[in-house]
Amino acid sequence: MTPASASTEALPLATPRRAGRGVRRFARHRLALIGTCTILFLVLASAFGPYLNPYDDLHIDIVHRFTAPFSGPHLLGTDQLGRDMLARLEKAGRISLTVGFAAMVLSIAAGTVIGVVAGYYGGIVGAALMRFVDAVLCFPSIFLLLALAAFIEPTLLTITIIIAATAWMEVARLVEAQIRALRDRDFAVAAMALGAPDHVIMFRELIPNALAPIVVAATLNVARAILLESYISFLGYGIQPPIPSWGNMLNNAQDYLVTAPWLAILPGAAITLAVTGFNFLGDGLRDALDPRLDIR
Amino acid sequence: MAGYLLRRLGQSLILLLLVSVIGFALLHLAPGGPLAQFTLTPGMTQADLQRIAHQMGLDRPLPIQYWEWFRLMLTGDWGRSYRDTQPVLWVIGSHLPATFELMITATLIAILLGTWVGVLGALRRYSVFDYLATVGAMVALSIPTFWFGLVVIYAFSVKLGWLPAGGMYTIGNGSFLDYLHHLIGPAMVLALVTVAIWSRYMRSSMLEVTNQDFVRTAIAKGLPRRVVIVRHALRNALLPMITLAGLQLPTLLGGALVTETVFTWPGMGRLFLDSIGYRDYPVVMGLLMFTALLVLIGNLAADLLYAVYDPRIRLD
Repeated sequence: MTPASASTEALPLATPRRAGRGVRRFARHRLALIGTCTILFLVLASAFGPYLNPYDDLHIDIVHRFTAPFSGPHLLGTDQLGRDMLARLEKAGRISLTVGFAAMVLSIAAGTVIGVVAGYYGGIVGAALMRFVDAVLCFPSIFLLLALAAFIEPTLLTITIIIAATAWMEVARLVEAQIRALRDRDFAVAAMALGAPDHVIMFRELIPNALAPIVVAATLNVARAILLESYISFLGYGIQPPIPSWGNMLNNAQDYLVTAPWLAILPGAAITLAVTGFNFLGDGLRDALDPRLDIR
Repeated sequence: MAGYLLRRLGQSLILLLLVSVIGFALLHLAPGGPLAQFTLTPGMTQADLQRIAHQMGLDRPLPIQYWEWFRLMLTGDWGRSYRDTQPVLWVIGSHLPATFELMITATLIAILLGTWVGVLGALRRYSVFDYLATVGAMVALSIPTFWFGLVVIYAFSVKLGWLPAGGMYTIGNGSFLDYLHHLIGPAMVLALVTVAIWSRYMRSSMLEVTNQDFVRTAIAKGLPRRVVIVRHALRNALLPMITLAGLQLPTLLGGALVTETVFTWPGMGRLFLDSIGYRDYPVVMGLLMFTALLVLIGNLAADLLYAVYDPRIRLD
């Protein structure tokens, strides 16, 4: 065994592969690329699809209900009311993607502010904030989400806020750890010595240096928010019809599982595609932005 | 050890206190509050509502209400269900076994399958198998649990007819085999996410261990590869997984809620949804507290078990 290979591949148990790392890097990048393409495809289809589709998502056509996909004029078939599935999926995509993205922005903003304050000031303030984070994390997020959603009137705005309210804690933890490590670095100490006010140090000096993990968390949080939206909408407490979302399209789908399985399969596939896309992208970004993090 | 135990216990109690404040605030500050359920009754006048509010102590300041509720909770009185006036703890207790059986089965599947996939992925790093396992785990984490449940029902119940579409028993047949038959579907669905997470952690844990000196020593001694993998590497790689099992509890509980809904499995998740539908505040509150308590205990147990099984860890 040459010294060069010993340093990286000193794995007598494993069967070492030549250029394995390179293959892996390339694979990861390709996954991130696939993820990006998937997201772009879904965004474009949701944004412009309704203009290209001859059918309206609200047009009810009882005569042609339960048309199977690829069997008639409707490309992806029709639902129990004869509405065009493709048109519904596109309109639902607008809602689901928007809610996912907006909830991500909110949760990242809340998590970052709380994490920065806790990490920068430390002491009692920091400890209190982080114990609060720990306490909220004790509730399984779906339980928390449902408890909130059930008692608050469900509108697009409230659902977005509720989803963000159950997804900011990990961000806060992450940012707090980053800021605590950055606070004692020379550039931060220099800024303090220059008499820069706290908010300038926090938001102009520290946060830009902690941006990489925040960007990764943001990407993964979109995936998470889309998933959470689909969970509560499926259970009937999320986005309310007639506004379609991928989650609430699955709401009654279980009743038609025997006769019209595409009602269940198509929206779920759309959710899975979107979430996988963001997860692939987030994973690729993590690799690209943090080269130290190789073991996973 | 005793010092550490006391400190950890103290921390957990403080967290529990915080958890109870958050849970209480959540439900009582939400619009409507516990009274909302009674406003739905036809012929209810404002005076009646005020009387009910007074009777339930809802007209008192929130901190006093909280203190009252917290005091009773410590004595084991978690209130009574609005639905059937059963004690909340009893209601939760009667739904607990079904959820636990589901969770334990799913965890067993995850440990077996996840360990196998993770170990193999680590031993054949960067192979096709490893690559597929990595991508597969990421996709598995992206699939909505309830949708996977629907697909499983469609494939195995509707199309193939191998599994029942839901429930815990076939009516008129209460045998253990029938129960197991019903358990396969939901356990499989619940295990999906857990297997994915478990295999990822197992892989990196195994990689870390195989890089250590004692493994090299074992190989240098001429021990068979198999013995080194199982007796030296795997045993040590499994240690951090104890912590993971504790940390996985919230995910598992949340997954159980969704899985139970799809498979009409009569557990805590179904109870939670039903209670929300009925605006059964005491039960919703009780379940929130109970799950948070479980998570806290899980974390604590994981930390302590880790210390017990790993003599290198000194807790003080």
